[in-house]
Order: sequence, then structure tokens, then C-alpha cells
Amino acid sequence: MWVLLLLPFIGLLWVPFYNFQEPALFGFPFFYWYQLAWVPISSLLIWLVYRRQTPDEAP
Amino acid sequence: MADQIDWIALTVFLFFFILVTVMGFFAARWRAGPVSEHLDEWGLGGRQFGTWITWFLVGGDFYTAYTVIAVPALVYAVGAYGFFALPYTIIVYPFVFAVMPVLWKVAHSNGHVTAADVVLGTYQSRGLELAVALTGMIATMPYIALQLIGMGVVIKAMGLTGELPIVAAFIILALYTYSSGLRAPALIAFVKDIMIYIVVLVAVVVVPAKLGGYGTVFTAASDAFAAKGGATGLTLKPSQMLPYATLALGSALAAFMYPHTLTGIFASKSADTIRKNAVLLPAYTLLLGLIALLGYMAYAANIKVASNNDVVPALFKVLFPSWFAGFAFSAIAIGALVPAAVMSIGAANLFTRNVWKSYVNPDISHAGEAAVAKIASLVVKLGALAFILFLPTQYALDLQLLGGLWILQTFPALVFGLFTRWFRAEGLLLGWAVGIVWGSWTAWSNGLKPLASIDLGGVSYVFYVGLGALILNVMVAAVTTVIVARISPRSAMARS
Repeated sequence: MWVLLLLPFIGLLWVPFYNFQEPALFGFPFFYWYQLAWVPISSLLIWLVYRRQTPDEAP
Repeated sequence: MADQIDWIALTVFLFFFILVTVMGFFAARWRAGPVSEHLDEWGLGGRQFGTWITWFLVGGDFYTAYTVIAVPALVYAVGAYGFFALPYTIIVYPFVFAVMPVLWKVAHSNGHVTAADVVLGTYQSRGLELAVALTGMIATMPYIALQLIGMGVVIKAMGLTGELPIVAAFIILALYTYSSGLRAPALIAFVKDIMIYIVVLVAVVVVPAKLGGYGTVFTAASDAFAAKGGATGLTLKPSQMLPYATLALGSALAAFMYPHTLTGIFASKSADTIRKNAVLLPAYTLLLGLIALLGYMAYAANIKVASNNDVVPALFKVLFPSWFAGFAFSAIAIGALVPAAVMSIGAANLFTRNVWKSYVNPDISHAGEAAVAKIASLVVKLGALAFILFLPTQYALDLQLLGGLWILQTFPALVFGLFTRWFRAEGLLLGWAVGIVWGSWTAWSNGLKPLASIDLGGVSYVFYVGLGALILNVMVAAVTTVIVARISPRSAMARS
């Protein structure tokens, strides 16, 4: 599961993958909506990892 | 921009400023603890902040007023390149999720208050402790100065001139931080963040509606960059891709090495609080991405500014009625108070625990620690104020840039020890020194640009100097560790 945490790094640090204007979405060029889309995706991935791990005994 | 005083905006501004001032002083009694009797109370708010308070506090102190001013300003100036703040503030959270709960546990079970405490506890090295403490304090100072700059920009936009308003605002901040400690910014962060959310959500809906939609906004910016030429545009030039990615990665690794962000971590109630926040904090990043777009909206609104930092205030003044502009300006100014308070508290904690206690008075009591920290927080803030009043603004910007690369060099000392005891203190200390010297020298000789270049096989690669310094730092630390381990093999009793 922890490997999911690496996906945002790959998706965002490999810039040639998203450095385009097209396809645009709601007027946003690809470069912008692609990166903005990674915000909820990253949240979701972290949540998935969080859900699978055992809770702490700590207070 | 007109220079007359905008009374409506100013009245709204003063209302909110007085509101948070009263809250700041009353915060001492919020979730009451003996604020002056223990550094855990003054400096960490009693180590009791749950998920929501931590969310507001860390969000309020990581996404600073200066961000709201400077990110759109950079996007306005250069376009896509200025957006590196977005990937930076996304990839920071998987890192926070994986590392910060571990750090919290170490700090919590040993009563550590600062990063340097953790390093001392792990390596029993006074040298490494001092290196981490000094780096933290020095990197924080110009960061506080930047918050003042952010506040100054909005005060100027309301027509107030001179330095008196900013001095007054900062003295008030210094006084309630002195009396309430971390509880003050934690409580004020609620107001600040809700205000910022309202401002940004209104702006990203209303502004494009007035200007003709996001398509128009991007087209206007694209035309402006085409006319401007150079390394600007809606997408990155090929030569900007590696700088963009390395700036994002380096900034993300540095972000939670700063005393103010770590203070938010140490003040949390549990490791689970931090994990939940790694899931929830990206909401602020979405906000940041939208704030960045204000830089493009300025083109669609035909805004011309003398200084790029005036883009956001100018946009609000042109497109919104005075009362809402005043609301937005107060949100930004209060947005400067929260991080400035937490930064001064983080720096004061470092000074108290890792300089005063370690070198001046090792037998200091808990109440004594709190007293020293309170005074140190005043000194730190007055220092930042003097910096802004008496030195050119550019110095603060340059030093903040260097501060980012310096604080990144504390990463191996603080983080590696959480997962492995293989590294030796001598190696980490030497790596830290080499990273700082090489990074500062490289940035300096490039005219204080955060970029360095390397030639490999005839191709020149340009990258963020801080990340290069970190790689060098780790290599030096590893080699030195191997050598030290040969000379003096670790005795079994040396490690616990």
C-alpha cells in the first residue's frame, strides 16, 4: 500500500508528461487542470494508505 | 494605484484587526494551562491540538500571507514556472504522512520541543544539535520579515503610507504572542483561514465571471506573455522543466524542516492527528492553485503595476467594492500574523532549549524555560522588524531564498535518524556544513538565483541548488560515516 504514496511524486515531477496546453478543460489548459487534479488524487491515495494501517496505541 | 485612504476598506480592516487582537490576548485562557510555567504550554500550546485545530494552525502557518502575495506575483511575471508551488504543496503531504508521525512519536515520548532536541536525543551530539538549532533560527528570521512585507503591501493598497501602521501591528502581535504563546496563533488561525477561504472562493467565481470566463483569462495571459517574450508562457520552456521539478521536490523536503511547521507537528495531540492532516491539508493546496491564477486574471483585467507584488491588491481594488477589498486585505494581513507568531515561537523554542539551556543555564526550570522563550520571541520579532525598516527589501527576499536551502541541509540529521541509526553524527555534521557552504556559494556566485547547473556528457542540466546541496550533503555524510566507522567501531553501549 505504501507504494501509493510515490504516485504523486511520479505524476508531478515528471514534467514532460504534462507540459501541454491541450486538451483544455473548462478553459483550463492541460498543464493547470492536470496538476490541480493531483490535489484530490493525492488526498485520496494518502487516505487509502491511512485506512489500511493499524491504529496507534498512543494517546 | 490611488494614494488616497480608502476609508471603507480601512474600517473593515480595523474591525477584523481589533477582533483578532482581542482573541490573541484571550487565547491564553483557551484550553487553559499554566502558560508561564512550562515551555510545553507557551511554546506548544499544551501538546493537545486535535485534528481540526492542527488543520487550521498548520494550514495558517504553512500557506502564509506572503504566499498569497508572492505566488500570484511570480505567476503574473513569468507564467507556468511560478506554478511550481502547486506540485510542491502536493508532494509534501505523502512525505508528511510517512515521516511526521514517526517524528511526533520520538518527540512526544522524550519530551522534545524542537528539531534540535530530537537530533540531540538521537545522536548525543552537541555539535549537531547546535547546527540544527542555528540553521532553524537563521532561516526563520527572513521568513518573518517576508510576512511583514506581505502585510505592508495590503496596508499600502488601502492608502496608508509610512511605516507606522506596520510597526504598530507588529508590536501588538509581539505582545499577545508574548502573553499567550502558541494558543494565540492557533485561535487566530480559525478566523484567518475562514476569511481567506471566503475571499478566494469569491474571487475564483466572481472574477472570471466579470472577465469573461477562464478561457478568456488564460488567453489574455497567453497574449501578454507572447508580447513579453523570454522564458515566460502558459507552459514551461524545455529548459525550465528540470528547475521546475527540482524546485518543487526541494521545497517539499524543506517545508517541514522549518521551526514553524515543526511546531505545528509537535503541538499535535497524537500521531494520528498528523496522519489525518496529511489527508485533509491538501484542501489548502487547491486554494493555493486558485490563488496563483489571480496572476493571470490580472492580465484579463488589464492591470498594470509598478511592482509585481501589488498584483493581488490591485486586482481586488479594481474588481470589488471597497468593503470586500477591505475584507480581503484584512484576511491577508491577519494571514501574516499567524505565521509570524508561530515562526517567532519556533525560533524562541530553539533558542531556549538548544542555546540557552545547552550553553548558558543547563539547570533551568520549566518556568525559566518559558520565561526565556517569551523574551526570545520578542527579540526575534523586533529583529525581523528592524530588518524590514532599515535594510533594503531585496535582502529579505535573498536571505529567505538562502534560508530555504540552509534549512534543507538539516533534513538528513533530523529525518534519517528516525529510520536508521547507521549514520554517524560526525558525518551528518560534515555533510550539513558542506551542503550549506557549497549551496550558499553556488547561489551567491549565480547572482542569488536558486539554480545551479552541471555538465554531464556535454549536456548542461539546470536544477534547484538546494536539492543539489542536499545530495552532496548525504554523500559526504555517508562517506564520512564509513570512514568514522572504520576508525572507531561503535561500542554496544553507545547506542540505546
